[in-house]
Amino acid sequence: MMERLKKYEFLYFALRNTKLRVGLLIIFFFVLLAIVGPLITKYDPFAYVNPLGPQPPSAKYWFGTTFFGQDVFTQFVLGLRATFLVAVVGGGLGTFIGLLIGFVAGYRGGIIDEILNMFTNIVLVIPTLAVLLIVAAYLEVRSVFIECIFIGLTAWPWVARAVRAQTFSLRTREFVDLARMSGMNPLKIIFTEIAPNMMSYLVLTFILQFGGAILIAATLDFIGLGPTNAISLGVMMQYAVMWGALLLGMWWWFIPPGLGITAIVGALYVMNVGLDEVFNPKLREM
Amino acid sequence: MRRYIGRKILIYGLTFFLAVSIDWLIPRFMPGDPIANMLARASVNSTAAQVMHEYYTHVFGLDLPIWQQYLNFWNSLFHGDLGRSVYMFPTPVVDVLSRAVPYDMFLLLPSILLSWYAGNHFGAFAARSKWLDNTVSPIGYILTATPYMWLGIVLAWFFGIVLDQFPIAGAYSFSLRPNLSWPFILDVLHHWFLPFASLFLVGFGGWAIGMRNMIIYELEADYSRYLEALGAPKNLIRKYAFQNGILPQITGLALQLGVIVAGALVTEVVFSYPGIGYLLLAAIQNQDYFLIQGCFLFIIIGVLLANFIIDIAYVIVDPRTRRGMTGESA
Repeated sequence: MMERLKKYEFLYFALRNTKLRVGLLIIFFFVLLAIVGPLITKYDPFAYVNPLGPQPPSAKYWFGTTFFGQDVFTQFVLGLRATFLVAVVGGGLGTFIGLLIGFVAGYRGGIIDEILNMFTNIVLVIPTLAVLLIVAAYLEVRSVFIECIFIGLTAWPWVARAVRAQTFSLRTREFVDLARMSGMNPLKIIFTEIAPNMMSYLVLTFILQFGGAILIAATLDFIGLGPTNAISLGVMMQYAVMWGALLLGMWWWFIPPGLGITAIVGALYVMNVGLDEVFNPKLREM
Repeated sequence: MRRYIGRKILIYGLTFFLAVSIDWLIPRFMPGDPIANMLARASVNSTAAQVMHEYYTHVFGLDLPIWQQYLNFWNSLFHGDLGRSVYMFPTPVVDVLSRAVPYDMFLLLPSILLSWYAGNHFGAFAARSKWLDNTVSPIGYILTATPYMWLGIVLAWFFGIVLDQFPIAGAYSFSLRPNLSWPFILDVLHHWFLPFASLFLVGFGGWAIGMRNMIIYELEADYSRYLEALGAPKNLIRKYAFQNGILPQITGLALQLGVIVAGALVTEVVFSYPGIGYLLLAAIQNQDYFLIQGCFLFIIIGVLLANFIIDIAYVIVDPRTRRGMTGESA
């Protein structure tokens, strides 16, 4: 099997890379849990299902119950869904805006580049969480989707900066000049000539955006500025701290959500380094 | 060098301008009436509410033309007037904030600097050493992927509740009065340790991983190969790799500041540590808009100042920026 894979060099090194395999496995596990979990639980995330109130994990309540007798497992798997939604939509939007600005700035150059670059640097310096805080504080009803949009709108400067630098170095290459001379329009040049040459870079950037969006969302949720009508891993931690899970020693309430986030984001980072090694042979383990 | 610093100052100036404008813009163009919300929360009786509504409309200057409101906002800002806190009425917001800032400094400066220093050295040490790389790197990834508040919660639970060794709330015991005596100083340090440790650990993981990857890049660079071919000692090559790898880490520190500050905010919330983060939570829960705006401004100013200091440090460390060669594309 490995012999046949050698033809597809990328796949061969991708499947051989332990970091990539471990990362993918963990992500896959949590995605599966987010999809299947809500289907197999028989409780409502906010319903007070356990008349005895808080209880440690048991056969009936797999992750135990909260201070109010809500099922932690149900909240956890639904929270995972919110987390993945934020990661895909928020991280995706951030990547998209960053790509757009980076490509335009890098390809056009000149005054447009100066302006866009200045703008990117400004947004890069502003602590985005502070901006999100103040926006969220004034919105009375917030959904997970709104949160995604906010995160996407503030998380793009990293991507823009990286993509601009790459585009800048690619646009003076011969093959791009050739495309330009043949009368290809700029958009087509960007997508067919420049973008494919930095694909590996773009994949890595998207993965980092993905993880970043999860952490930002968790922070917002924890301060109480997350979705007002849904459960998420950050909201779970907020409730746990708010209702004294620490003092009451109810570890089953605050351990799962944080552990879930750490595992997912950690797996993304490990995947990122693994992919980096796949794309760049110099970095592979000796 | 003048060009580099000048450009940076221009960017910071524009950033500050934009940030203040956002601070001014958001309450005015958000759906709903923040003043009405604020009064509804305070649940005062209707006649008082009307008077207060007029008062706040006047304080916000909402009865003036838009452009004048904007100019007034800047004017009062330069006079150090950020309004009065609703939640701690009638203390001016500036006073509330300046009482919290020392705690932030006390928490942030040591944790940022120490984690950066230790992380870089440790990461450089671990790179390309098989045994260390296999043990330290996974721990680094786990630490840097941990949400700040969760590490805080877990540390507080384990060391504060299970082992009962550390206090988990406040900056000092309520039974003590602030003074300069050993018991008080020890008590303050005792309260400071866990929030510091959680900020330190997350930062440490990130810097160690970053430096490890950086060193591997540098060791594969042509100059390292050349040195190796010349038979230079391993330590010398590593030293050069470190000196080159540290530059992106300095830029990285500037870029990470926003994230670190956000982490400090939630860590303070977990430990009820009376810095800006803890204030901000109270302000949000009490819909104290002046205080929220004030916290926002303080955070922005702090981050901009820190960025500026890091830029100057960069000029000192990287000679290329001094000689007018662009070391880092600004």
